[in-house]
Amino acid sequence: MFDTLSDKLQGVFAGLRGRGKLSAADIDKAMRAIRMSLLEADVSLPVVKQLTDAIKARSTGAEVMQSLTPDQQVVKIVNEELAALMGGTAARMPIASKPPTVILMAGLQGSGKTTFCAKLAFQMRKEGRAPLLVACDLQRPAAMDQLQVLGTQIDVPVWREDSKDPVKVAENGVREAKRTARDVVIVDTAGRLTIDEDMMGQLIAVKGAIDPTAVVLVLDAMTGQTAVDVASAFQKAVQFDGVVLTKLDGDARGGAALSVRAVTGKPILFVGTGEKVDALEQFHPDRMAQRILGMGDVLSLIERASETVDKESVEGLGKRLRSGGAFTLDDMLEQMKQIRKMGPLSGILGMIPGLSQMKKLKDADIDERQMDRVEAIILSMTSQERRKPDVLNGSRRKRIAQGSGTSVQEVNQLLNQFKQMQKLMKSFGKGGKLPPGFGNLN
Amino acid sequence: MAVSPELAPWAEFFGLPVPEQESEPEQERKRGVFGRLREKLTAPRQAISPQLAGIYAPKLVDEDTWADLEEALILADCGMPATEDLIETLQQATREGRIVGGEGLAKELWQEVARKIAPAPARIPLDGEPTVILVIGVNGSGKTTTIGKLASRLASLDQKVVIGAADTFRAAAIDQLQIWADRSGAQLVRQGPGSDPGAVTYDAVAAGKARGADVVIVDTAGRLQTQKNLMEELRKVASVARKLDPSAPHEILLVLDATTGQNGISQAKLFNEVAPLTGVVLTKLDGIAKGGIVLAITKELGVPVKLAGVGEGIDDLQPFDPTAFAKAIFAPE
Repeated sequence: MFDTLSDKLQGVFAGLRGRGKLSAADIDKAMRAIRMSLLEADVSLPVVKQLTDAIKARSTGAEVMQSLTPDQQVVKIVNEELAALMGGTAARMPIASKPPTVILMAGLQGSGKTTFCAKLAFQMRKEGRAPLLVACDLQRPAAMDQLQVLGTQIDVPVWREDSKDPVKVAENGVREAKRTARDVVIVDTAGRLTIDEDMMGQLIAVKGAIDPTAVVLVLDAMTGQTAVDVASAFQKAVQFDGVVLTKLDGDARGGAALSVRAVTGKPILFVGTGEKVDALEQFHPDRMAQRILGMGDVLSLIERASETVDKESVEGLGKRLRSGGAFTLDDMLEQMKQIRKMGPLSGILGMIPGLSQMKKLKDADIDERQMDRVEAIILSMTSQERRKPDVLNGSRRKRIAQGSGTSVQEVNQLLNQFKQMQKLMKSFGKGGKLPPGFGNLN
Repeated sequence: MAVSPELAPWAEFFGLPVPEQESEPEQERKRGVFGRLREKLTAPRQAISPQLAGIYAPKLVDEDTWADLEEALILADCGMPATEDLIETLQQATREGRIVGGEGLAKELWQEVARKIAPAPARIPLDGEPTVILVIGVNGSGKTTTIGKLASRLASLDQKVVIGAADTFRAAAIDQLQIWADRSGAQLVRQGPGSDPGAVTYDAVAAGKARGADVVIVDTAGRLQTQKNLMEELRKVASVARKLDPSAPHEILLVLDATTGQNGISQAKLFNEVAPLTGVVLTKLDGIAKGGIVLAITKELGVPVKLAGVGEGIDDLQPFDPTAFAKAIFAPE
C-alpha cells in the first residue's frame, strides 16, 4: 500500500553517503518523509509534531551525521522514539484482590466490544477463572443474542434480561456473579458517540453503579485522526484504565494506538487479531512501532519459525558443522523442508523488512516451483550420492535428470549452488558462528 | 396520503415520483441531516481545529494560511496526497487572483471538496427488475444498520423490498436484520447461521424476482480487506447475483465508518477489486469524525459517496449532499 519509511528515507539520503555531513535541508527533507509516514499510519497530528521534534533533535547528532547508512540510523531513532512513546513493556489487565473482578467496556459503535468481551471471557476461562458475561447493550438490535451465541460457543454464562435500563442489568449481573461465585464479570455495553450526552451519561451511571475494577476502551485499529478525541472524551467521562486495539489483522498500521497512549497515558492491554474467539494477543510496543513504520514483522517471523521448525534437526546440523562435519545434500533438503513448513514463500518474504513492499516478488510463484525441482533432483539421488556428490559423473547426472523430470543443466546448476553453500558452511563452521536459521532460533 | 417531507429527497434519490407534501415549515425540511450535523459539529469543532479560524479570517492569504489549511485537512483524515492535491488547486486559484482573502478561500474550498467527492448529485435509480443492491464493508462499519434504514425508506416510498441475510458468519447478525426487516415491513430471505452466503444471495434475488419486488438488498458479513478467502467469497456473491440477472448487482455500496483513517484507501481499493463499487455509504458521521477519508478515496478511485449517516435514528441516513457536507466540515459559523 504505502512505501515504508525505510524506502522513503533511502530516497532522501540517496547520494548522501560519503559526503560526510548532512545539511539542514537534508534533515528537513528527512523529517518531512517521517511526518508523511506517521500520518499515513494515522498517528495523530499533535503526536506527530512532538515525535518529529524529538527525532530531529537526535538526528542532528553525530551518530547519524557520521554514519555510513544515515537512513538506517534515522529509522532506528524513529523506531526507538515510537516504542518509547508507547510504553516500554506490555501491560496487564488489573485483577481485583477481592473477587469478582468487574470489567466494563466502553467504545464507539462497531469498534468490536461484543467480540472482545467474548475473547476476554475465553482467555479468562483458559486462565482458570470463572467469567460471567453481562449483556448491557440494549440499543443495537440482537446485540444480546450475539453475546449469548458467543457465550454458548465458549461455554461462559451470559446474564441478560428484558429491560430498558442498562444500569439495572449491570447491577443485577454483578449480583448474579457474586451469588454464583463467578470471579470475573465482563460487562458489554452499547456503542456510543462521545458527543451523545445522554448515552455518555448512561455509561457514567453504569460505572457508578457497579464500581468496576477496570474500564476498557475498545478502539478500532483503523481509526484515523479522531482516535485522540474519542479517547479524550471517554477518558473524561469514565477514566478508562486501558485500551484494546481491535481489527489489527488487516493492513491498518494502527497509529491510533500510539496517539491514544501518548494523549491519555493509558496502556494498551490487548490487540484483537481475528474473528475467532482465541484471536486475542498481548500488546507489544516494539512490534507496534515497526508496524507503524511498515518495517515488516521480523519478530512474528521468528516466532513462526520457532513454532514450525524442528529445532533438534537444525541444532543437530549446527553442532555437526561446528565440529567440522560436512554439509551434505541431505542437509540442504532438510533445510528446504523446514523453510517450506513455515508456509508459502511469498508469505514469509512479506514479513522480511523491505521485501514486504516488493509486490512483484510476492506475486512471482517461481521460487516455489524452483524449490519443487530442487527437491525432485535431490530425491532422485542415491543416499551415497547425496553424501558424496563428487561421485556424480555424467551418466549419473543424466539418470538423475531423467528421474526427476529435469535436465542435466539443472542438475549441474544445483550442484554448483550446493558447492557454494558447502564452502559457506565450512567458513561458518570454522568461525563457530552460523548464518540466521541455523540454531539460536529464539 | 400523508407523506413526511423528509421523503422528498429520497424520492429524487431513487428516481421515483416526488410524493405530495404536507405543508410543514420549509426551514425544518431544509435543515436535514447536514443541518443536524452542523449543529453537532459546532461545539467540538472549535476545540478540534482552531486552525480553521485562521483560514477564515478576512486577512490576505499567506504562507500561514496554507499551513493551517493543511493541518485542518489532515485532522479531517483527508490524508497527505489528497491534502496536497487540494491545496495545490487552491494555490493555483490564488495565483490566478480568484482567491484573495479568507472568505474567498472558504468558498472555493467547499466547492472544490464538493466537486471532488461527488461531481454529480448522488442517485440510485431503481431501474432493475428488481434492483439488486449489494452492501459490503469491513466489520463494524454499519452495514446492517444502513440496510435497515434504507429498507425502511424504500418501504415508505411504497417500494417492495426483499432483504437477503448473507451475513451468515457473525453471531446473531441474521436476528439483527430480522428486527430491522420487521420494523420496515421488508421480507427477509434467510438460511441458518454458517450457511453459504452465495446461496442466500441467489435465493434472495430469485425471491425478489418471483415476488415482484422492486428492490433486493443483500447484507454481507463484515470482512477485512486483507482476508483473501473472504474477499474471494465476496467476489462469488457478486457473481451469483449476476446469474439470475446479468445486470445485477446494480449497486455495490461500500459502507465506510467516518472515523476511518488512511486504511480507508486500502479498503476501497481492495473491495473494488473483487466487487466493483458504485458508491460509498459514509456512516457514523458525527461531530467528532470528519470523514475526510472520502476525499482520498474519490481521488484514488473516483467512486462517489451516495449516502451518509449521522446517527442511529431512522432519519439519520440521508442521500449524500456534497456541498452541505463540505460546508459542515469546513465552514465557519
